Amino acid sequence: MKASYGKLMMWFFIVSDALTFSGFLAAYGFSRFKFIETWPIADEVFTHVPFFHGNYPMYYVAFMTFILIMSSVTMVLAVDAGHRMMKNKVILYMFLTIIGGLIFVGSQAWEWATFIRGDYGAVETKGGRILQFVNADTGERAALADFAAEIPAERAQHERKSGIWYTSESALPTYSLEEVTEGLMANPNILIRTEQITEEGEKTLLTRTETLEKIKDAQIVVEGANLVRNEYGSRLFADFFFFITGFHGFHVFSGVVINIIIFFNVILGTYERRGHYEMVEKVGLYWHFVDLVWVFVFTFFYLV
Amino acid sequence: MKFSSNTRKIWGVLLFLSIVTAIEVGLGITKPAVLTGNYLLGMKLLNWIFIVLTLVKAYYIAWDFMHLRDEKSSLRRAVVWTPIFLVSYLIFILLFEADYIYNVWKDGFVKWNF
Repeated sequence: MKASYGKLMMWFFIVSDALTFSGFLAAYGFSRFKFIETWPIADEVFTHVPFFHGNYPMYYVAFMTFILIMSSVTMVLAVDAGHRMMKNKVILYMFLTIIGGLIFVGSQAWEWATFIRGDYGAVETKGGRILQFVNADTGERAALADFAAEIPAERAQHERKSGIWYTSESALPTYSLEEVTEGLMANPNILIRTEQITEEGEKTLLTRTETLEKIKDAQIVVEGANLVRNEYGSRLFADFFFFITGFHGFHVFSGVVINIIIFFNVILGTYERRGHYEMVEKVGLYWHFVDLVWVFVFTFFYLV
Repeated sequence: MKFSSNTRKIWGVLLFLSIVTAIEVGLGITKPAVLTGNYLLGMKLLNWIFIVLTLVKAYYIAWDFMHLRDEKSSLRRAVVWTPIFLVSYLIFILLFEADYIYNVWKDGFVKWNF
C-alpha cells in the first residue's frame, strides 16, 4: 500500500473507531425508529446561544461545526507546510488548530451544562412519558416558574448528614407536583403538550379539558436532564446525547492533547532533525477523523 | 508518495463545506413543506437531503483533508469499503428491527404510552 507502518496503524485505528461511532449512531437510529412518533424534536431542544436570550434553533451547533471544519483546514495547512519543511508555518497552523479544538470543547461543555440545567421543566407520567406546558395565548412553551403556585411545604432534601449515613437522595426540583398542579388549575391559559408527534410533525397540544384530565397522570416534576429522565421527552434521548456527544467530545479533547504534544515537538525541532513531518500528518489524520465524525453526529442528532 | 501542495484548493474545500453546512442549517430551520410532506422509502425527503449532503461532506473531508485522493488505491479501498459494508449491514438490520418493534407496540395489546 506504499504507506509507512505508523500511518497504516493510524488508519487501522480510525477504521475501528469509525465502527464504534457507527455502532452508537445506529443504536440511536434504532431507538428513534422504535419511538418514531414520540421522539423529541431537536430544534426545540437546542435553542440556546451563549450571551443571547431567545429562541435560536441550531445556530450554535452550526457555529461549532464551522469551528471544527475551520480547525481541520488549519490542520491540513500544517500538514502541507510540513511537506515543504516550513517549520514556522507548521507551528502557526498547529497553534490555530489547538485553539479551534479548545473552542469546540468549550462550546460542547456549555451545551452540556445548558442541556443538564434545562429551561422549561416538565412533569412525568406513570408510564414515564413527559408532559410539557404551553401558554395558550402566545403558543410558546411555558416554564414551570411562570405558573406554578407557591405552597409552603416541609419537604426537604434528604442528605446523608441528616439521616442514616449511607442513604441520600438527588436534588429536589424547584417546584413540587402539588405546586405545578395547583398552578395549572389556577391558570386557564396553560395547556399540556404530549410527546406524540402529529401529522404536521409537531407535538400534540391538548385542549384545556384534556389538560385537566391528563395532569392527574403526573407523578413527578422533571427539570433538566440526567441519565434516568429528562424534560425533553423520551428517556433514551438524553442518554444518547450524553453518550454520543460525550464520546465525541472525549475524542476532541484527546486530539487537542495529542496536538499539543506534537506542537511542542515541532517547536523543539524534533521533526526538523528527523527530516520529515510525518508525525504531523498522522495526528492530522486523527484530527480530520474527529471532524468527520462530527459531520455525522451533527446530521443525525441535530438535523434529521 | 507525491502530495500536491495546493493551499488554494484547501480554502476552496473549506468554502464548499461551509456552504453545504449553511444549506443544511437553513433547511433545518425553515423546513420547507414540500420536503417534509413527501416521503421516499418511508423517510422524509428533507432527511434524505441531509444524509446525501452529509455523505458529500464526508467525501471531501476524507479525500482532500485526509489525503485519501493521494493514497494508493489499495489503501483507499481497504479504508473506505470495509466500514461502508459493515455499517450498511448494521443500519439495515437495526432499522428494520426497530420498525418491527414500533409496529408491535403500536398494534399490540400492551399499553406503554400513558
